[in-house]
Amino acid sequence: MSAQIHADADFDLDAAWRLHPQVAVRPEPFGALLYHFGTRQLSFLKDRRLLAVVQELADCPSAAEACRVAGVEPATLARYRAALARLAHSHMIART
Amino acid sequence: MAFSSEAPPRPVQAGRLVDHFQYGLDAPICLTWELTYACNLACVHCLSSSGRRNPRELTTDECKAVIDELERMQVFYVNIGGGEPTVRPDFWELVDYATAHRVGVKFSTNGVRITPEIARRLAASDYVDVQLSLDGATAEVNDAVRGAGSYATVLRAMENLAAAGMRGFKISVVATRHNIGQLDAFKALADRYDAQLRLTRLRPSGRGADVWDELHPTAEQQRQLYDWLVANGDQVLTGDSFFHLSAYGEALPGLNLCGAGRVVCLIDPVGDVYACPFAIHDTFLAGNVRDVGGFTRVWRESELFRELRQPQTGGACTKCSAFDACRGGCMAAKFFTGLPLDGPDPECVQGHAEALLVGGDRAASAPRPSQDHSHRGPVRGQPVLLGLPARRESRPARMCDESPLA
Ligand code: SF4
Ligand code: SF4
Repeated sequence: MSAQIHADADFDLDAAWRLHPQVAVRPEPFGALLYHFGTRQLSFLKDRRLLAVVQELADCPSAAEACRVAGVEPATLARYRAALARLAHSHMIART
Repeated sequence: MAFSSEAPPRPVQAGRLVDHFQYGLDAPICLTWELTYACNLACVHCLSSSGRRNPRELTTDECKAVIDELERMQVFYVNIGGGEPTVRPDFWELVDYATAHRVGVKFSTNGVRITPEIARRLAASDYVDVQLSLDGATAEVNDAVRGAGSYATVLRAMENLAAAGMRGFKISVVATRHNIGQLDAFKALADRYDAQLRLTRLRPSGRGADVWDELHPTAEQQRQLYDWLVANGDQVLTGDSFFHLSAYGEALPGLNLCGAGRVVCLIDPVGDVYACPFAIHDTFLAGNVRDVGGFTRVWRESELFRELRQPQTGGACTKCSAFDACRGGCMAAKFFTGLPLDGPDPECVQGHAEALLVGGDRAASAPRPSQDHSHRGPVRGQPVLLGLPARRESRPARMCDESPLA
Protein backbone atom coordinates (compact mmCIF):
# COMPACT_ATOMS: atom_id res chain seq x y z
CA MET A 1 0.00 0.00 0.00
CA SER A 2 2.73 2.44 0.94
CA ALA A 3 4.52 1.57 -2.32
CA GLN A 4 1.34 2.55 -4.18
CA ILE A 5 1.04 5.90 -2.44
CA HIS A 6 4.69 6.50 -3.12
CA ALA A 7 4.19 5.72 -6.83
CA ASP A 8 1.25 8.14 -7.02
CA ALA A 9 3.19 10.93 -5.39
CA ASP A 10 6.08 10.28 -7.73
CA PHE A 11 4.06 10.46 -10.91
CA ASP A 12 4.95 13.60 -12.80
CA LEU A 13 1.81 14.97 -14.45
CA ASP A 14 3.79 17.79 -16.05
CA ALA A 15 6.20 15.48 -17.89
CA ALA A 16 5.63 14.07 -21.36
CA TRP A 17 4.63 10.43 -21.43
CA ARG A 18 3.86 7.89 -24.09
CA LEU A 19 2.75 4.31 -24.41
CA HIS A 20 5.69 1.93 -24.05
CA PRO A 21 6.64 0.82 -27.60
CA GLN A 22 6.19 -2.85 -26.66
CA VAL A 23 2.63 -2.32 -25.47
CA ALA A 24 -0.44 -3.10 -27.54
CA VAL A 25 -3.83 -1.56 -26.76
CA ARG A 26 -7.10 -3.24 -27.61
CA PRO A 27 -10.31 -1.28 -27.06
CA GLU A 28 -13.06 -3.31 -25.39
CA PRO A 29 -16.65 -2.41 -24.48
CA PHE A 30 -15.62 -1.57 -20.89
CA GLY A 31 -12.46 0.39 -21.77
CA ALA A 32 -9.38 -1.37 -23.09
CA LEU A 33 -6.94 -4.19 -22.56
CA LEU A 34 -3.22 -3.53 -22.56
CA TYR A 35 -0.56 -6.12 -23.19
CA HIS A 36 3.15 -5.63 -22.70
CA PHE A 37 5.15 -7.95 -24.94
CA GLY A 38 8.29 -7.50 -22.88
CA THR A 39 6.95 -8.20 -19.40
CA ARG A 40 4.12 -10.41 -20.75
CA GLN A 41 1.78 -8.59 -18.41
CA LEU A 42 -1.85 -7.94 -19.14
CA SER A 43 -3.57 -4.91 -17.75
CA PHE A 44 -6.76 -3.04 -18.40
CA LEU A 45 -8.16 0.46 -18.58
CA LYS A 46 -11.44 0.53 -16.78
CA ASP A 47 -13.11 3.28 -18.73
CA ARG A 48 -13.14 4.83 -22.16
CA ARG A 49 -11.98 8.21 -20.90
CA LEU A 50 -8.81 6.69 -19.49
CA LEU A 51 -8.27 5.04 -22.87
CA ALA A 52 -8.60 8.47 -24.49
CA VAL A 53 -6.03 9.90 -22.06
CA VAL A 54 -3.58 7.12 -22.88
CA GLN A 55 -4.14 7.65 -26.60
CA GLU A 56 -3.52 11.39 -26.26
CA LEU A 57 -0.26 11.02 -24.34
CA ALA A 58 2.01 10.80 -27.36
CA ASP A 59 0.61 14.02 -28.89
CA CYS A 60 0.68 16.09 -25.73
CA PRO A 61 3.57 17.91 -24.06
CA SER A 62 2.45 16.64 -20.66
CA ALA A 63 0.20 14.04 -19.06
CA ALA A 64 -1.84 16.88 -17.55
CA GLU A 65 -2.51 18.23 -21.03
CA ALA A 66 -3.50 14.74 -22.26
CA CYS A 67 -6.05 14.57 -19.43
CA ARG A 68 -7.44 17.97 -20.39
CA VAL A 69 -7.71 17.14 -24.08
CA ALA A 70 -9.43 13.86 -23.23
CA GLY A 71 -12.02 15.78 -21.22
CA VAL A 72 -11.02 14.85 -17.67
CA GLU A 73 -12.70 17.24 -15.21
CA PRO A 74 -10.37 18.84 -12.63
CA ALA A 75 -12.46 17.23 -9.87
CA THR A 76 -11.60 13.73 -11.08
CA LEU A 77 -8.00 14.43 -12.06
CA ALA A 78 -6.62 12.68 -8.96
CA ARG A 79 -8.23 9.41 -9.99
CA TYR A 80 -6.70 9.58 -13.47
CA ARG A 81 -3.36 10.51 -12.01
CA ALA A 82 -3.48 7.41 -9.80
CA ALA A 83 -4.36 5.27 -12.80
CA LEU A 84 -1.48 6.73 -14.82
CA ALA A 85 0.87 6.14 -11.90
CA ARG A 86 -0.13 2.49 -11.88
CA LEU A 87 0.49 2.22 -15.61
CA ALA A 88 3.90 3.83 -15.21
CA HIS A 89 4.69 1.47 -12.37
CA SER A 90 4.00 -1.57 -14.56
CA HIS A 91 5.93 0.01 -17.48
CA MET A 92 2.86 0.26 -19.68
CA ILE A 93 3.64 3.94 -20.20
CA ALA A 94 7.07 5.58 -20.15
CA ARG A 95 8.64 9.03 -20.13
CA THR A 96 9.56 10.36 -23.55
CA MET B 1 -6.22 -16.95 -19.10
CA ALA B 2 -7.59 -21.12 -18.99
CA PHE B 3 -5.53 -19.28 -19.19
CA SER B 4 -3.85 -24.32 -20.63
CA SER B 5 -2.05 -24.60 -22.35
CA GLU B 6 -4.27 -21.92 -21.52
CA ALA B 7 -3.12 -19.56 -18.93
CA PRO B 8 -3.01 -15.83 -19.33
CA PRO B 9 -0.43 -13.84 -17.50
CA ARG B 10 -1.65 -12.70 -14.15
CA PRO B 11 -3.84 -9.64 -14.61
CA VAL B 12 -2.51 -6.65 -12.79
CA GLN B 13 -5.80 -6.06 -11.02
CA ALA B 14 -7.26 -9.54 -10.99
CA GLY B 15 -10.32 -9.06 -8.85
CA ARG B 16 -12.13 -6.56 -10.96
CA LEU B 17 -11.39 -7.96 -14.38
CA VAL B 18 -13.70 -10.84 -13.63
CA ASP B 19 -16.75 -8.62 -13.70
CA HIS B 20 -15.95 -7.49 -17.22
CA PHE B 21 -14.79 -10.86 -18.44
CA GLN B 22 -17.99 -12.69 -17.67
CA TYR B 23 -19.75 -10.93 -20.54
CA GLY B 24 -17.02 -11.85 -23.01
CA LEU B 25 -14.55 -9.77 -24.99
CA ASP B 26 -14.24 -8.76 -28.63
CA ALA B 27 -11.29 -11.15 -28.93
CA PRO B 28 -10.00 -13.90 -26.67
CA ILE B 29 -7.11 -13.25 -24.34
CA CYS B 30 -6.36 -16.86 -23.76
CA LEU B 31 -6.42 -18.57 -27.06
CA THR B 32 -4.99 -22.06 -27.29
CA TRP B 33 -4.16 -23.32 -30.74
CA GLU B 34 -3.29 -26.95 -31.11
CA LEU B 35 -1.37 -27.27 -34.34
CA THR B 36 -1.32 -31.04 -34.65
CA TYR B 37 -2.64 -34.16 -33.00
CA ALA B 38 0.69 -35.88 -33.72
CA CYS B 39 2.90 -36.57 -30.73
CA ASN B 40 5.99 -38.62 -30.00
CA LEU B 41 4.67 -39.41 -26.52
CA ALA B 42 1.50 -41.03 -25.19
CA CYS B 43 0.92 -39.34 -21.83
CA VAL B 44 -1.83 -41.07 -19.88
CA HIS B 45 -3.68 -37.82 -19.12
CA CYS B 46 -3.43 -36.07 -22.51
CA LEU B 47 -6.25 -33.54 -22.61
CA SER B 48 -6.57 -33.78 -26.39
CA SER B 49 -6.15 -37.56 -26.77
CA SER B 50 -3.24 -36.89 -29.10
CA GLY B 51 -0.91 -39.30 -30.86
CA ARG B 52 -1.65 -39.56 -34.57
CA ARG B 53 -1.77 -36.68 -37.01
CA ASN B 54 -5.17 -35.96 -38.53
CA PRO B 55 -5.00 -35.77 -42.35
CA ARG B 56 -7.37 -32.79 -42.35
CA GLU B 57 -5.09 -30.61 -40.22
CA LEU B 58 -4.83 -26.98 -41.35
CA THR B 59 -2.24 -26.38 -44.06
CA THR B 60 0.56 -23.86 -43.71
CA ASP B 61 -1.42 -21.30 -45.73
CA GLU B 62 -4.56 -21.86 -43.72
CA CYS B 63 -2.59 -21.39 -40.52
CA LYS B 64 -1.16 -18.13 -41.85
CA ALA B 65 -4.65 -16.93 -42.70
CA VAL B 66 -5.68 -17.62 -39.10
CA ILE B 67 -2.69 -15.62 -37.88
CA ASP B 68 -3.71 -12.74 -40.16
CA GLU B 69 -7.10 -12.78 -38.50
CA LEU B 70 -5.59 -12.87 -35.02
CA GLU B 71 -3.52 -9.84 -35.93
CA ARG B 72 -6.61 -7.95 -37.10
CA MET B 73 -8.48 -8.92 -33.93
CA GLN B 74 -5.47 -7.86 -31.86
CA VAL B 75 -5.10 -11.17 -30.12
CA PHE B 76 -1.94 -10.38 -28.18
CA TYR B 77 -0.55 -13.87 -28.07
CA VAL B 78 -1.48 -17.50 -28.67
CA ASN B 79 -0.70 -20.55 -26.61
CA ILE B 80 0.41 -23.09 -29.16
CA GLY B 81 0.13 -26.74 -28.25
CA GLY B 82 -0.83 -30.09 -29.65
CA GLY B 83 0.05 -32.93 -29.74
CA GLU B 84 3.67 -31.98 -29.92
CA PRO B 85 3.59 -28.82 -32.06
CA THR B 86 7.29 -28.84 -32.89
CA VAL B 87 6.93 -32.01 -34.94
CA ARG B 88 5.02 -30.04 -37.58
CA PRO B 89 7.53 -29.41 -40.37
CA ASP B 90 6.32 -25.81 -40.71
CA PHE B 91 6.33 -25.10 -36.96
CA TRP B 92 9.16 -22.54 -36.90
CA GLU B 93 7.86 -20.92 -40.07
CA LEU B 94 4.50 -20.37 -38.36
CA VAL B 95 6.11 -19.06 -35.17
CA ASP B 96 8.11 -16.56 -37.22
CA TYR B 97 5.05 -15.57 -39.19
CA ALA B 98 3.04 -14.95 -36.01
CA THR B 99 5.68 -12.85 -34.30
CA ALA B 100 6.28 -10.84 -37.47
CA HIS B 101 2.57 -9.98 -37.31
CA ARG B 102 2.71 -8.96 -33.67
CA VAL B 103 1.03 -12.06 -32.38
CA GLY B 104 3.17 -13.33 -29.51
CA VAL B 105 3.67 -17.05 -29.14
CA LYS B 106 3.97 -19.25 -26.12
CA PHE B 107 4.30 -22.86 -27.11
CA SER B 108 4.03 -26.01 -25.03
CA THR B 109 6.44 -28.81 -25.71
CA ASN B 110 7.74 -32.00 -24.18
CA GLY B 111 11.20 -30.74 -25.14
CA VAL B 112 11.97 -33.27 -27.84
CA ARG B 113 13.11 -30.65 -30.39
CA ILE B 114 14.72 -28.10 -28.05
CA THR B 115 18.30 -28.54 -29.23
CA PRO B 116 21.08 -26.11 -28.24
CA GLU B 117 20.65 -24.38 -31.60
CA ILE B 118 16.88 -23.95 -31.24
CA ALA B 119 17.39 -22.80 -27.66
CA ARG B 120 19.66 -20.00 -28.87
CA ARG B 121 17.05 -18.92 -31.39
CA LEU B 122 14.35 -18.84 -28.76
CA ALA B 123 16.48 -16.91 -26.30
CA ALA B 124 16.97 -14.22 -28.94
CA SER B 125 13.26 -13.49 -29.39
CA ASP B 126 11.15 -11.30 -27.12
CA TYR B 127 7.97 -12.53 -28.68
CA VAL B 128 8.37 -16.26 -28.12
CA ASP B 129 8.00 -18.04 -24.82
CA VAL B 130 8.44 -21.73 -24.15
CA GLN B 131 6.55 -23.96 -21.79
CA LEU B 132 7.99 -27.36 -20.96
CA SER B 133 5.70 -30.07 -19.65
CA LEU B 134 6.89 -31.94 -16.59
CA ASP B 135 4.66 -33.97 -14.30
CA GLY B 136 7.09 -35.21 -11.68
CA ALA B 137 10.09 -33.69 -9.94
CA THR B 138 11.71 -37.11 -10.22
CA ALA B 139 11.97 -39.41 -13.24
CA GLU B 140 9.98 -42.06 -11.42
CA VAL B 141 6.91 -39.88 -10.91
CA ASN B 142 7.17 -38.05 -14.23
CA ASP B 143 7.75 -41.05 -16.45
CA ALA B 144 4.87 -43.01 -14.94
CA VAL B 145 2.55 -40.42 -16.51
CA ARG B 146 4.52 -39.17 -19.52
CA GLY B 147 6.54 -42.23 -20.52
CA ALA B 148 10.02 -43.65 -20.02
CA GLY B 149 12.76 -41.22 -20.96
CA SER B 150 10.50 -38.16 -21.00
CA TYR B 151 12.05 -36.76 -17.80
CA ALA B 152 15.54 -36.96 -19.30
CA THR B 153 14.28 -35.29 -22.48
CA VAL B 154 12.69 -32.35 -20.71
CA LEU B 155 15.68 -31.84 -18.41
CA ARG B 156 17.97 -31.72 -21.43
CA ALA B 157 15.69 -29.09 -22.95
CA MET B 158 15.89 -27.03 -19.74
CA GLU B 159 19.66 -27.29 -19.73
CA ASN B 160 19.76 -26.12 -23.33
CA LEU B 161 17.47 -23.17 -22.70
CA ALA B 162 19.35 -22.08 -19.60
CA ALA B 163 22.69 -22.42 -21.38
CA ALA B 164 21.38 -20.24 -24.22
CA GLY B 165 20.46 -17.53 -21.73
CA MET B 166 16.69 -17.95 -21.97
CA ARG B 167 15.18 -16.57 -18.77
CA GLY B 168 11.74 -17.07 -17.35
CA PHE B 169 10.63 -19.91 -19.57
CA LYS B 170 7.79 -21.90 -18.07
CA ILE B 171 7.84 -25.32 -16.46
CA SER B 172 4.30 -26.59 -16.52
CA VAL B 173 3.15 -29.22 -14.07
CA VAL B 174 -0.21 -30.95 -13.90
CA ALA B 175 -0.93 -31.48 -10.21
CA THR B 176 -1.65 -35.14 -9.45
CA ARG B 177 -1.95 -37.47 -6.49
CA HIS B 178 1.66 -38.52 -7.04
CA ASN B 179 3.31 -35.12 -7.28
CA ILE B 180 1.47 -32.93 -4.75
CA GLY B 181 4.22 -33.88 -2.29
CA GLN B 182 6.82 -32.49 -4.70
CA LEU B 183 5.64 -28.88 -4.93
CA ASP B 184 8.72 -27.48 -3.21
CA ALA B 185 10.94 -29.65 -5.39
CA PHE B 186 9.26 -28.28 -8.54
CA LYS B 187 9.79 -24.76 -7.30
CA ALA B 188 13.46 -25.47 -6.59
CA LEU B 189 13.87 -26.98 -10.06
CA ALA B 190 12.34 -23.90 -11.67
CA ASP B 191 14.56 -21.61 -9.61
CA ARG B 192 17.64 -23.59 -10.58
CA TYR B 193 16.96 -22.92 -14.28
CA ASP B 194 15.75 -19.37 -13.78
CA ALA B 195 12.42 -20.57 -15.03
CA GLN B 196 8.90 -19.93 -13.84
CA LEU B 197 6.75 -22.67 -12.37
CA ARG B 198 3.26 -23.13 -13.67
CA LEU B 199 0.84 -25.45 -11.90
CA THR B 200 -2.35 -26.64 -13.51
CA ARG B 201 -5.23 -28.80 -12.63
CA LEU B 202 -5.73 -32.36 -13.84
CA ARG B 203 -9.02 -32.25 -15.66
CA PRO B 204 -10.92 -35.32 -16.81
CA SER B 205 -10.54 -34.30 -20.46
CA GLY B 206 -9.29 -36.46 -23.31
CA ARG B 207 -7.40 -39.45 -21.97
CA GLY B 208 -7.45 -37.63 -18.64
CA ALA B 209 -10.94 -39.07 -18.16
CA ASP B 210 -9.49 -42.59 -18.05
CA VAL B 211 -7.04 -41.83 -15.25
CA TRP B 212 -8.81 -39.05 -13.38
CA ASP B 213 -10.19 -41.32 -10.64
CA GLU B 214 -6.69 -42.63 -9.86
CA LEU B 215 -4.70 -39.43 -10.38
CA HIS B 216 -6.74 -36.47 -9.21
CA PRO B 217 -5.61 -35.17 -5.81
CA THR B 218 -7.39 -36.49 -2.73
CA ALA B 219 -9.43 -34.07 -0.62
CA GLU B 220 -6.55 -33.88 1.84
CA GLN B 221 -4.08 -33.14 -0.95
CA GLN B 222 -6.35 -30.39 -2.29
CA ARG B 223 -6.08 -28.68 1.08
CA GLN B 224 -2.30 -29.14 0.99
CA LEU B 225 -2.20 -27.64 -2.49
CA TYR B 226 -4.34 -24.70 -1.41
CA ASP B 227 -2.13 -23.96 1.58
CA TRP B 228 0.94 -24.15 -0.64
CA LEU B 229 -0.64 -21.76 -3.13
CA VAL B 230 -1.60 -19.30 -0.40
CA ALA B 231 2.05 -19.26 0.67
CA ASN B 232 3.68 -19.35 -2.79
CA GLY B 233 0.95 -18.39 -5.24
CA ASP B 234 2.44 -15.06 -6.21
CA GLN B 235 5.48 -16.86 -7.60
CA VAL B 236 3.73 -19.47 -9.69
CA LEU B 237 1.38 -19.24 -12.62
CA THR B 238 -1.87 -21.13 -12.36
CA GLY B 239 -4.15 -19.64 -15.01
CA ASP B 240 -7.70 -20.51 -14.06
CA SER B 241 -6.78 -23.87 -12.58
CA PHE B 242 -7.59 -23.54 -8.93
CA PHE B 243 -10.34 -21.03 -8.36
CA HIS B 244 -12.52 -23.87 -7.08
CA LEU B 245 -10.06 -24.03 -4.15
CA SER B 246 -10.77 -20.44 -3.19
CA ALA B 247 -13.92 -21.80 -1.52
CA TYR B 248 -11.55 -22.77 1.32
CA GLY B 249 -11.33 -19.09 2.20
CA GLU B 250 -8.92 -16.79 0.45
CA ALA B 251 -9.07 -16.02 -3.25
CA LEU B 252 -5.91 -17.21 -4.99
CA PRO B 253 -3.95 -15.26 -7.59
CA GLY B 254 -4.95 -16.13 -11.16
CA LEU B 255 -8.15 -15.91 -13.11
CA ASN B 256 -11.07 -16.62 -10.82
CA LEU B 257 -13.67 -17.41 -13.40
CA CYS B 258 -14.42 -20.05 -15.99
CA GLY B 259 -13.44 -18.14 -19.09
CA ALA B 260 -14.70 -20.70 -21.59
CA GLY B 261 -16.08 -18.88 -24.64
CA ARG B 262 -15.71 -15.58 -22.76
CA VAL B 263 -11.97 -15.01 -22.80
CA VAL B 264 -10.77 -18.55 -23.48
CA CYS B 265 -11.09 -20.81 -26.49
CA LEU B 266 -9.40 -23.52 -28.49
CA ILE B 267 -8.64 -23.85 -32.17
CA ASP B 268 -7.92 -27.53 -32.77
CA PRO B 269 -5.64 -28.92 -35.50
CA VAL B 270 -8.46 -29.27 -38.04
CA GLY B 271 -9.68 -25.73 -37.36
CA ASP B 272 -12.59 -26.58 -35.07
CA VAL B 273 -13.20 -23.90 -32.46
CA TYR B 274 -14.14 -25.13 -28.98
CA ALA B 275 -15.03 -23.08 -25.90
CA CYS B 276 -11.98 -24.36 -24.02
CA PRO B 277 -9.01 -26.66 -24.67
CA PHE B 278 -10.38 -28.96 -21.98
CA ALA B 279 -13.79 -29.19 -23.61
CA ILE B 280 -13.23 -31.06 -26.85
CA HIS B 281 -16.77 -32.28 -27.32
CA ASP B 282 -19.53 -31.48 -29.81
CA THR B 283 -21.45 -29.75 -27.00
CA PHE B 284 -18.75 -27.06 -26.88
CA LEU B 285 -17.99 -26.83 -30.60
CA ALA B 286 -18.71 -23.29 -31.82
CA GLY B 287 -17.63 -23.55 -35.47
CA ASN B 288 -14.60 -23.91 -37.69
CA VAL B 289 -12.04 -21.38 -38.88
CA ARG B 290 -12.62 -22.66 -42.43
CA ASP B 291 -16.27 -21.47 -42.27
CA VAL B 292 -17.34 -18.21 -43.93
CA GLY B 293 -16.27 -15.33 -41.71
CA GLY B 294 -13.44 -17.37 -40.24
CA PHE B 295 -12.43 -17.39 -36.62
CA THR B 296 -13.59 -13.81 -36.05
CA ARG B 297 -17.16 -14.67 -36.84
CA VAL B 298 -17.10 -17.83 -34.73
CA TRP B 299 -15.76 -15.87 -31.76
CA ARG B 300 -18.13 -12.96 -32.07
CA GLU B 301 -21.30 -14.54 -33.36
CA SER B 302 -21.56 -18.21 -32.50
CA GLU B 303 -24.71 -19.13 -30.65
CA LEU B 304 -22.76 -21.26 -28.18
CA PHE B 305 -20.40 -18.48 -27.16
CA ARG B 306 -23.29 -16.10 -26.73
CA GLU B 307 -24.88 -18.51 -24.31
CA LEU B 308 -21.65 -18.99 -22.39
CA ARG B 309 -21.38 -15.23 -21.93
CA GLN B 310 -24.51 -15.10 -19.78
CA PRO B 311 -23.85 -14.92 -16.04
CA GLN B 312 -24.97 -18.02 -14.19
CA THR B 313 -28.15 -17.40 -12.27
CA GLY B 314 -29.56 -20.80 -11.29
CA GLY B 315 -28.34 -24.14 -10.02
CA ALA B 316 -27.22 -25.59 -6.71
CA CYS B 317 -23.98 -23.59 -6.53
CA THR B 318 -25.60 -20.16 -6.65
CA LYS B 319 -27.00 -20.91 -3.19
CA CYS B 320 -23.56 -21.76 -1.79
CA SER B 321 -21.87 -19.24 0.49
CA ALA B 322 -18.62 -19.73 -1.44
CA PHE B 323 -20.17 -19.16 -4.87
CA ASP B 324 -18.79 -15.67 -5.31
CA ALA B 325 -15.22 -16.97 -5.06
CA CYS B 326 -15.61 -20.45 -6.50
CA ARG B 327 -18.32 -19.87 -9.07
CA GLY B 328 -19.05 -23.55 -9.22
CA GLY B 329 -15.64 -24.46 -10.59
CA CYS B 330 -14.67 -25.89 -13.96
CA MET B 331 -17.28 -26.54 -16.62
CA ALA B 332 -15.15 -29.16 -18.39
CA ALA B 333 -14.46 -31.06 -15.17
CA LYS B 334 -18.17 -31.25 -14.46
CA PHE B 335 -19.07 -32.24 -17.99
CA PHE B 336 -16.61 -35.09 -18.36
CA THR B 337 -17.46 -36.52 -14.95
CA GLY B 338 -21.12 -36.54 -15.93
CA LEU B 339 -22.19 -33.82 -13.48
CA PRO B 340 -24.72 -31.05 -14.22
CA LEU B 341 -23.04 -27.85 -15.44
CA ASP B 342 -24.84 -25.61 -12.98
CA GLY B 343 -24.00 -27.84 -10.00
CA PRO B 344 -20.81 -28.30 -7.98
CA ASP B 345 -17.40 -29.07 -9.38
CA PRO B 346 -16.37 -32.75 -8.97
CA GLU B 347 -13.63 -31.50 -6.64
CA CYS B 348 -15.92 -29.13 -4.69
CA VAL B 349 -13.97 -28.47 -1.51
CA GLN B 350 -17.14 -28.54 0.54
CA GLY B 351 -17.71 -32.09 -0.63
CA HIS B 352 -21.00 -31.34 -2.36
CA ALA B 353 -20.09 -33.44 -5.40
CA GLU B 354 -19.16 -36.59 -3.51
CA ALA B 355 -22.63 -38.04 -3.40
CA LEU B 356 -23.12 -37.26 -7.09
CA LEU B 357 -19.89 -38.94 -8.12
CA VAL B 358 -20.57 -42.30 -6.52
CA GLY B 359 -23.76 -44.13 -7.28
CA GLY B 360 -24.73 -45.25 -10.76
CA ASP B 361 -22.21 -46.22 -13.40
CA ARG B 362 -20.80 -42.76 -13.85
CA ALA B 363 -17.80 -43.95 -15.86
CA ALA B 364 -20.07 -45.47 -18.46
CA SER B 365 -22.55 -42.62 -18.67
CA ALA B 366 -20.16 -39.61 -18.62
CA PRO B 367 -19.71 -38.04 -22.08
CA ARG B 368 -16.64 -39.07 -24.04
CA PRO B 369 -14.48 -36.66 -26.07
CA SER B 370 -15.68 -36.26 -29.63
CA GLN B 371 -12.42 -37.38 -31.12
CA ASP B 372 -9.50 -39.64 -30.25
CA HIS B 373 -6.12 -39.51 -31.98
CA SER B 374 -4.36 -41.78 -29.49
CA HIS B 375 -1.68 -44.06 -30.86
CA ARG B 376 -3.27 -47.42 -31.62
CA GLY B 377 -0.22 -49.61 -31.13
CA PRO B 378 2.49 -49.61 -28.49
CA VAL B 379 4.62 -46.49 -28.18
CA ARG B 380 8.28 -46.34 -27.22
CA GLY B 381 8.53 -45.60 -23.51
CA GLN B 382 4.80 -46.17 -22.97
CA PRO B 383 3.90 -44.75 -19.52
CA VAL B 384 3.02 -47.19 -16.76
CA LEU B 385 1.09 -45.61 -13.89
CA LEU B 386 2.60 -46.02 -10.45
CA GLY B 387 1.04 -48.79 -8.44
CA LEU B 388 -0.91 -50.30 -11.30
CA PRO B 389 -0.53 -53.40 -13.43
CA ALA B 390 1.70 -52.89 -16.46
CA ARG B 391 -0.98 -53.29 -19.09
CA ARG B 392 -4.04 -51.19 -18.58
CA GLU B 393 -7.31 -51.78 -20.30
CA SER B 394 -8.76 -48.48 -21.32
CA ARG B 395 -12.34 -48.04 -22.29
CA PRO B 396 -12.93 -47.87 -26.03
CA ALA B 397 -13.50 -44.26 -27.04
CA ARG B 398 -16.25 -45.25 -29.40
CA MET B 399 -17.84 -48.50 -30.28
CA CYS B 400 -16.07 -48.63 -33.64
CA ASP B 401 -12.67 -48.46 -31.97
CA GLU B 402 -13.20 -52.05 -30.97
CA SER B 403 -13.45 -53.10 -34.57
CA PRO B 404 -10.17 -54.26 -36.09
CA LEU B 405 -11.13 -52.32 -39.23
CA ALA B 406 -11.68 -48.97 -37.52
S1 SF4 C 1 -14.01 -25.20 -18.62
FE1 SF4 C 1 -12.51 -25.38 -16.94
S2 SF4 C 1 -10.53 -25.30 -18.00
FE2 SF4 C 1 -12.06 -24.51 -19.42
S3 SF4 C 1 -12.09 -22.29 -19.14
FE3 SF4 C 1 -13.66 -23.15 -17.78
S4 SF4 C 1 -12.61 -23.46 -15.81
FE4 SF4 C 1 -11.03 -23.20 -17.38
S1 SF4 D 1 -21.05 -25.94 -3.89
FE1 SF4 D 1 -20.37 -25.02 -5.85
S2 SF4 D 1 -19.83 -22.90 -5.35
FE2 SF4 D 1 -19.92 -24.04 -3.39
S3 SF4 D 1 -17.83 -24.69 -3.00
FE3 SF4 D 1 -18.85 -26.36 -4.06
S4 SF4 D 1 -18.41 -26.06 -6.27
FE4 SF4 D 1 -17.94 -24.13 -5.18
